[in-house]
Amino acid sequence: MKGLEVELRQAAPIPLAAAFACDAGEILALVGPSGSGKSTILRAIAGSYRPQRGIVRVNGETWLDSGSGRRLPPHRRRVGMVFQSYALFPHLTAARNLMAAMGHVPRAERQARAERLLALVHLDGLEARRPAELSGGQQQRVAVARALAREPAVLLLDEPFSAVDKATRQRLYREIAELRRVLDMPVVLVTHDLDEALMLADRMVVLSRGRTLQTGTPETVTTRPVSPEVARLVDLRNLFAAEVAAQTAEATQLDWSGLRLEAARHPGLAPGTPVAWVVPDGFVVLHRRDRPSRGEHENPVKGRIDSILVTGQTAQLTLRPEHDPHLPLHFSVPLHVARRNAIEPGVEAAVSLLAQGIHLMPGGSG
Amino acid sequence: MDWTALWLSLRLAFWTVLLLLPIGIWLGRVLAYRDFRGKGVVEALVALPLVLPPTVFGYYLLVAFGAASPVGQLWQAAFGQQLVFTFEGLLVASIIFNLPFAIQPMQRGFEAIAPEIREAAACCGMPPWRALLRIELPLAWPGILTAMVLSFAHTLGEFGIVLMVGGSIPGETKTIAIAIYDRVQAFDDRAAAEMSALLLAISLATIALTFAFSRRVGRRLG
Repeated sequence: MKGLEVELRQAAPIPLAAAFACDAGEILALVGPSGSGKSTILRAIAGSYRPQRGIVRVNGETWLDSGSGRRLPPHRRRVGMVFQSYALFPHLTAARNLMAAMGHVPRAERQARAERLLALVHLDGLEARRPAELSGGQQQRVAVARALAREPAVLLLDEPFSAVDKATRQRLYREIAELRRVLDMPVVLVTHDLDEALMLADRMVVLSRGRTLQTGTPETVTTRPVSPEVARLVDLRNLFAAEVAAQTAEATQLDWSGLRLEAARHPGLAPGTPVAWVVPDGFVVLHRRDRPSRGEHENPVKGRIDSILVTGQTAQLTLRPEHDPHLPLHFSVPLHVARRNAIEPGVEAAVSLLAQGIHLMPGGSG
Repeated sequence: MDWTALWLSLRLAFWTVLLLLPIGIWLGRVLAYRDFRGKGVVEALVALPLVLPPTVFGYYLLVAFGAASPVGQLWQAAFGQQLVFTFEGLLVASIIFNLPFAIQPMQRGFEAIAPEIREAAACCGMPPWRALLRIELPLAWPGILTAMVLSFAHTLGEFGIVLMVGGSIPGETKTIAIAIYDRVQAFDDRAAAEMSALLLAISLATIALTFAFSRRVGRRLG
């Protein structure tokens, strides 16, 4: 089987209950708060951390199987790892850093190959620089090139973008997206930055305290979390408790603190069942304040604008609903829309919660 | 000037440093990277020569190495001579009392290498011995050099233990530090002054070299 399979279990010292797979050519993001075990999982794959029980298989080769006692030492695992701190060898030049990972390449070819890889990450001409003579972004690229120099069976990226400034990070994202075309191995990206995961990953694994809570495409995980815990971890702030009010042929109706809402039909929930529900802010639509428009019949919620936070060309708004001001709704609109509608703190406004975006999580309480 | 004593001291210092190098690298690295039961005890034992009065330390070594002791008998059986009052005995004592001067700087040198750097070496496919040679030793080098210089200088100057374990046998165990004391006792101020000045010069030169060298390394590693 091509790709990476991981299953780790232990109770202490760091609890782990993680299982996931990553196909060749796929980027899998491990997301979760700090202390959720993301880096430990990467290190268990690389072999520098030894979990009590676990299986790590790469392209059918067993790197770790606690059941049979098989454990390949770290240096025999073909892993490319980009560390958060880059961990470049400070006494070696950029080219020598790459050549240090080329034990498998005939000596005569190493220099040429190092130069080729450095050119791939746009560092041609800087081969003779030591890490201290390179900028943060350049160091990061040397780290990526060194990981590739190993010709790894798995590429592991441990928060690789956290130590560079925002502009550099954006550029590195584009470069990673470019690099993807030449990468044919599984790539596991650890990040606490959700946007990074959304931008780069094909699938993501949400972790908390070492447990995998949900695995799926970024879209699925961020619109259909399996539990309120996942909803909180992926930063879905519109997370509320409600009760199933009725089931109709097309929809499941909710009683949200006295307000009747329609959600996409979720059969099997009897009226009276408590549920948690979320609505991603992309499914919260602001009504025009000057004249009514279409779609206002869909789950209208009236209230007052509580706060406005402008980030670039986007205005992030909070609405305190009339029926229960203690349940603020968060959503965002383009800045010009906020301006045209004269949105400011205190004004009355109304939104629609699109039924297709309302996601129910049975059993949980918001 | 007692050239025999100077030559003996230099030989003793050279062999002490040479033999301490692998011991210090091994033990310093173990203490830096591993956690094991009794680590605190090992560290305390290594540091003991720093606080124990040299004569006390020398006395215990004398007892431990003496002809009546198991170590002394073993040595006698193996090499046909006794361990105390010989150059070899002095060398063993010298290695033991230099342990803190060798191991502690090396331990700090290895501790200064970030764990990710060592993990990166493994991820680059380097077996442990290659990672040691190509990554760890070059990075821990300032600590190793400090250790070597400290033990070299300390061996040249050690007095109490040398006198206890070695006695003062010319050409065998009479080091320059003892020769200086000898000359002072004999009111030979000139010889004492010359030898003291020489020791001072050697000490200054080694310290200056080390400082210059570690500054260069510091610049290189940025």
